[in-house]
Amino acid sequence: MSAVYARRRITNVIALTLSGVATLIGLVFLVWILWITAENGFSALKLSLFTKITAYADEGGLSNAIVGSLIMDLMALLICAPIGILAGTYLAEYANSSKLGASIRFLNDILLSAPSIVLGLFVYVIIVLPISNMTNGSISFSGFAGSVALALIGLPVIVRTTDEMLQLVPGTLREAALSLGIPQWKLTLQVLMRAAFSGILTGVLLALARLAGETAPLLFTAFGNNFMTVHPLDKMASMPVTIYQYTNDPNPALHAIAWAGALLITLFVLALSLLTRIMFSRKKVSYE
Amino acid sequence: MSATNAEPLARDTEHRSRADARHDLLFRLLLRFCALLVLATLLGAALSTLWGGRDVLFKDGFHFLFSSDWNPVEDQYGAVAPIVGTLVTSLIALVLAVPVSFGIALFLTEIAPSWMRGPVATAIELLAGIPSIIYGMWGLFVFVPFMASIEPWMNDTLGNIPVIGQLFQGPPLGLGLLTAGVVLAVMILPFISSVMREVFQTVPARLKESSYALGSTKWEVVWDIVLPYTRSAVIGGIFLGLGRALGETMAVTFVLGNSYNITSSLLMPGTSISSSIANEFNEAVGLHRSALIALGFLLFVVTFIVLLIARLMLRQLARREGR
Repeated sequence: MSAVYARRRITNVIALTLSGVATLIGLVFLVWILWITAENGFSALKLSLFTKITAYADEGGLSNAIVGSLIMDLMALLICAPIGILAGTYLAEYANSSKLGASIRFLNDILLSAPSIVLGLFVYVIIVLPISNMTNGSISFSGFAGSVALALIGLPVIVRTTDEMLQLVPGTLREAALSLGIPQWKLTLQVLMRAAFSGILTGVLLALARLAGETAPLLFTAFGNNFMTVHPLDKMASMPVTIYQYTNDPNPALHAIAWAGALLITLFVLALSLLTRIMFSRKKVSYE
Repeated sequence: MSATNAEPLARDTEHRSRADARHDLLFRLLLRFCALLVLATLLGAALSTLWGGRDVLFKDGFHFLFSSDWNPVEDQYGAVAPIVGTLVTSLIALVLAVPVSFGIALFLTEIAPSWMRGPVATAIELLAGIPSIIYGMWGLFVFVPFMASIEPWMNDTLGNIPVIGQLFQGPPLGLGLLTAGVVLAVMILPFISSVMREVFQTVPARLKESSYALGSTKWEVVWDIVLPYTRSAVIGGIFLGLGRALGETMAVTFVLGNSYNITSSLLMPGTSISSSIANEFNEAVGLHRSALIALGFLLFVVTFIVLLIARLMLRQLARREGR
């Protein structure tokens, strides 16, 4: 009898220890990756990164890539934020219990983890190729196409957060407004959106954090450019694609620049996701 | 209010309510249009990649799926090597990530003191926030040399085990299917563990307490009560991780080695669907480009099915919860 107890106790201790080890493994990889990025990144940070363009290669910087990324990320947000917020509103307010709403919500969750490289191919086939055919190749890859690809990455994030945040708004608020005779569109825009504003903003920031680090969809939509451009129909450089190209290059001086870029992107993305986490946790408290 | 004023007021009210109804309808249509764009994106991604890959699919048909010969010089394209590479690396990732994720979820829901749970959970989820290109760089510059240093040891130990031994025999290149699988495992770990953690928390305390009252150890409660109760959602979380692993591009492209040879060793370089597309697309023309887009179509269909299963499994638990 005591042998059985002993075996059960030992199994328990082993299992619990292993689960602690598993957590440690996860944390070790996090620290390892962040440490390497910080170590290589900080030692390569210099002012010329922000003032020189990539055309000077290892003598240059990343300024055109930074500008390109900022432009494309912003354009992507301008495209996906309104569409995503309206679509999320539809799911929460108009189709909460309908079949169409349920299937859109379901498929949106799939789009959330769909491979980003396929979304890049999608934009290549529907935007880059037709424009290139229409203009006989004088315009092909463009910053605009890149932003559309990024917008597709951000869209499901915004749809989902908006949907969830609007569902958190208490039903009494809707009833109170409707009983005053306000039309539903005004109720949605002026009461519900305001009540859920910080939640919806969280969704937009989450989408930004997600799309700012994406490389694969930009490879064959925005392509890349060694010179500064702000024209949305030009090929446009971006941080992730430049990092990708520099990492593939045998020149170690370019690797250093790539690490500096990697550090900038990581800091940006992690700061954003921590910020949204703080906003979100405050949100939860205020509703409880 | 005099009778002369009442009539225009009534007309005004009627006019306004008619305008409101019209605006409501327009607003509703606008919202529905935006929601349908989500469907259009998924459908469009499938149809456009099928259309872009039509040349190679018409020319080769099923031969494209079953031929292992990928030779842009002779314009021969067979998808077997990228498909095998994608499946093998994702499988390695699952084998490594599932037990570790389970351990993390177990630690965070049952073992860790409550002050520790929040920060550790946030840290693990930060892993999901790191852009995949950073995983790629870390993989190439740090993890590949590390693997190269332990691969001779693998040859000598794991390589001598009968049957599975040949998986671990090969030159210590560092690059290869195993390395890519490990990097993928780290990437999908936060996704699987956060699903597991969330669903473990949904298990009614009554159930666990009943089991404790009968004298179960913590491990027995988790293994015999928590896990069976959440089985479908746990499988859903695993499939969610699989879907991520199948489609991941930047992290594996650097560490796979880009070789179309299919070997029995996990230490040899390989390729995957996404890394083939990323590596070759911008130099490809004509049939080559068509073959790469067709690969994209394949990838999309496979991940769609995997993610569909994942979401259906996850929904089962939510349904039982009455949500």
